[in-house]
Amino acid sequence: MNYPEPNLDDLYRELILDHYRHPRNRGSLENATAKVDGYNPLCGDEIEVDLLFDDDVIEDVAFTGHGCSISQASSSMMTDAVKGRSKVEAQALVAAFKRMMTDPDVEPSEELGDLEAFQGVAKFPVRVKCATLAWNVLEQGLQKNGASRVEEN
Amino acid sequence: MFDVETVRKDFPILQREVHGKPLVYLDNAATTQKPRQVIEALVHYYEHTNANIHRAIHTLGEEATTAYEAVREKTARFIGSPSGERSIVFTRNTTEAINLVANAWGRKFLSEGDEIVLTVAEHHSNMIPWQLIAKETGAKLRYIDIDDEERLRRDHFAEIIGPRTKLVTLAHASNVLGIHPVREITELAHRHGALVLLDGAQSVPHMPVDVAELDCDFLAFSAHKMCGPTGVGVLYARPELLDAMPPFLGGGSMISWVQLEESTWAEVPHKFEAGTPNIADVIALGAAIDYLEALGMDNVRAHEQEITGYAMERLSALPEVTIYGPKNVEERIGVISFNYGDIHAHDVSQVLDTYGVAVRASHHCAQPLMRRLDCAATARASFYVYNTKAEVDTLLSALEAAGRYFAVQPAPLAR
Repeated sequence: MNYPEPNLDDLYRELILDHYRHPRNRGSLENATAKVDGYNPLCGDEIEVDLLFDDDVIEDVAFTGHGCSISQASSSMMTDAVKGRSKVEAQALVAAFKRMMTDPDVEPSEELGDLEAFQGVAKFPVRVKCATLAWNVLEQGLQKNGASRVEEN
Repeated sequence: MFDVETVRKDFPILQREVHGKPLVYLDNAATTQKPRQVIEALVHYYEHTNANIHRAIHTLGEEATTAYEAVREKTARFIGSPSGERSIVFTRNTTEAINLVANAWGRKFLSEGDEIVLTVAEHHSNMIPWQLIAKETGAKLRYIDIDDEERLRRDHFAEIIGPRTKLVTLAHASNVLGIHPVREITELAHRHGALVLLDGAQSVPHMPVDVAELDCDFLAFSAHKMCGPTGVGVLYARPELLDAMPPFLGGGSMISWVQLEESTWAEVPHKFEAGTPNIADVIALGAAIDYLEALGMDNVRAHEQEITGYAMERLSALPEVTIYGPKNVEERIGVISFNYGDIHAHDVSQVLDTYGVAVRASHHCAQPLMRRLDCAATARASFYVYNTKAEVDTLLSALEAAGRYFAVQPAPLAR
């Protein structure tokens, strides 16, 4: 039987698939100032984000974990987007990303840049948590040093 | 054997399309579709009979009571209960039936030093109620593990079930793996004076189940996984056990004599059915049992074996596919949990959906089992009376498309 290729391109944009296949900043930071675990009990997605702060600047960031393409690509692109940014800027990105996921009618904020690739995920409500997990983990890491854990519900 | 094309005509939902493709519904372990006969029973009840049961001295009330109680008797017969309607309690679902036993029986009969034996493969519904009651009573939970072929470890049975065991509680058939050798377990448990609860959610809908032959003390299952409506579960228990258990929920219908300070309880099984029950859906469960009995449970089992065997054969031909559970179809119900190379089950399921193919992708409410299998999640195709080999072919074509889309790598998805 011949089937046409599925039309999933809204969800799996080329940039997302690229980050899924070739994740950036994958690994751990030995000198991390904050380590945050994230877990999505619905899917079993798990990630750990390591952050190294220099005062108010995210000097380095890395992630490990496993999960679906959306959660892994989102983690990879999150690390790329916030490395070198101030905590305040990173927090603003978290808010902008979450707004894009929860309010598909609002035009994504310009500061999101490439992260706009995730806009289509909002049309697949069960996958939204896959995309936001890394950002919720980052948000917790911005708020405190040390180790902590985020559980999506 | 029944004609599957004739069966398919009984299920109106199978006519619908998903994303422009015919629906291929392979999520039957989660819930099955409903035949017209069951839908009509519900409509007929609300259009002709609707009344509250048990205390009405009018025609509708009597008709509703008779219809409701007739299903109790039918259900008892369907699972081979030697004790008839006194052994059948209607609940909301399997989960509530298990919670009833954990709370009513567990609180009274468990204490510190007692052991409850479970398996690592249990659904959360047969694990969490026992964790809660163990914490409350001081009883200890002990787990039978699985072996490398994902069967229960037989050497664990005699090692773990012993004089401290008060209850062994396990799935008759796993919602992820295969059928468990429960007869062996009931025999061993009874030798030590322990009771046995079987979670029949995945067995009762798919194969002949006879509680006398299995010699279990409790059996829990759900109507919605066997062509029936959501909102009805069944607890089978030996009536003398029900007699010895205190009530679970209090309220109307479950009482005999009520005073301001204390009361006495209705006879079993009514003692365990507080408040207005789910009358309409219980009656529709009766229609579901009629439907399955007309097909014949031996035929249901044979049909699922044929489809499952074919699906196992076709899936095994893809080198990237990992199938969980016993490889022998005889040890399985119509459930195949699998992973496709390094593609996450969610991504597999998402692509299949665009082809109209519905499978489940999750931890299947068995997180400890997923950790034991060393995977985060699996995809799961599960079959029922209306599935065909052609639908298995569609599943495979869609799976291959997912493989192309994500450039599947043969490495199994590791944690």
